[in-house]
Amino acid sequence: MATFHFDLVSPEKLAFAGEVDQVDVPGLEGDFGVLAGHSPFVAALRPGIMTITSGGTKQMIIVLGGLAEVNDKGLTVLADVATSLQDLDRAAFADQIAAMEEKLAEKEGSVLDRAIERLDHFKVIQQHVNSTAMH
Amino acid sequence: MASLKDMRVRIASTKATQKITKAMQMVAASKLRRAQMAAEAARPYAERMDAVIASIAGAAAGSGTGPALLGGTGKDQVHLLLVCTGERGLSGAFNSSIVRLARERALALMNQGKEVKFFCVGRKGYEQLRRTFDKQIVEHLELRAVKQLGFVNAEDIAKKVLARFDNGEFDVCTLFFSRFKTVIAQIPTAQQIIPLVVQAKPAVADGPAPVYEYEPEEDEILKGLLPRNLAVQIFRALLENNASFYGAQMSSMDNATRNAGDMIRKQTLIYNRTRQAMITKELIEIISGAEAI
Repeated sequence: MATFHFDLVSPEKLAFAGEVDQVDVPGLEGDFGVLAGHSPFVAALRPGIMTITSGGTKQMIIVLGGLAEVNDKGLTVLADVATSLQDLDRAAFADQIAAMEEKLAEKEGSVLDRAIERLDHFKVIQQHVNSTAMH
Repeated sequence: MASLKDMRVRIASTKATQKITKAMQMVAASKLRRAQMAAEAARPYAERMDAVIASIAGAAAGSGTGPALLGGTGKDQVHLLLVCTGERGLSGAFNSSIVRLARERALALMNQGKEVKFFCVGRKGYEQLRRTFDKQIVEHLELRAVKQLGFVNAEDIAKKVLARFDNGEFDVCTLFFSRFKTVIAQIPTAQQIIPLVVQAKPAVADGPAPVYEYEPEEDEILKGLLPRNLAVQIFRALLENNASFYGAQMSSMDNATRNAGDMIRKQTLIYNRTRQAMITKELIEIISGAEAI
């Protein structure tokens, strides 16, 4: 299977760099998978879980929004925050969700809608994290 | 003339000072290594961000009006100078050189009849600018309590700047910080961040640039990306500043240690001379006393 180059960078570090087979990215307007030879493409990300497949192994990384760019050199993801599934501090993540829920009360109108949407994304991630933790 | 005891005390105190500066130099050296690593780790993100913005902005520029963060407000009457300095002194000319650059820029702008406002990050810069531009400092922020500079700190500053920009409080924002070149060379730098200066891309030799698909539309993406880029630029500046600070502190403490060494040598020389002179004097007294008998 053809591979392509994939870089995952967050402001604090280069989280991943290397040749991969496939990357599934949580896009703002729907998830999409990137394979080698994808057409040039720029997409905003929503908070979600990104799956990297390389050589038969899968790696899951949680991104909290960002931007993905595909060009002839490969895929570059500029993530706001990138944490691999194993490293995630579940308690801190739950705290963050709780804090977001509290803040909802202060918001209104379209800001509220966006906050709820973001909260939902976070909850989906949490659900996923908790369900994989049980196996 | 100071007595021998006074001289001994003074030498001891110079030695104690030397020990302190030596220790500070070593602490700065180890912190410098960490700060440098952090600055290097942040580089790929900032570089790619630049590249992505350049390519999207290039596409958006053709389609008409861009967002204000990119295109500007159409005026350049009010300038905001975002001055990032250190929290501590004892670092040679590090803080002063950033402040000097900002001050020169401010005076030049005011001579042209522009209005200048300051946003100070870091205690030292605030203290120095307060003397001349007290009324023009609209905000100042200290990062003293922050142990490890995180992206959150930069985001915080960016949010404050953006809130002021959205209120129409200024038209142009320039960031002042010290670029880390080597341990002994830090270059105070001014960088315009609002409106964003996009580097013109070199002419592509191999055919036209690839046509991107955007999801959502490019101006949507750009709208989300530009505030983020602002935070990234500030983050980079803070990290460079941090590394520069420790570099400056290290070399200035190295100097201080060497100067203390010189001083100790000089003082010891005077001390020994005085001591010998006193011994000789006492001998003469004893001999002449013995001869008199």
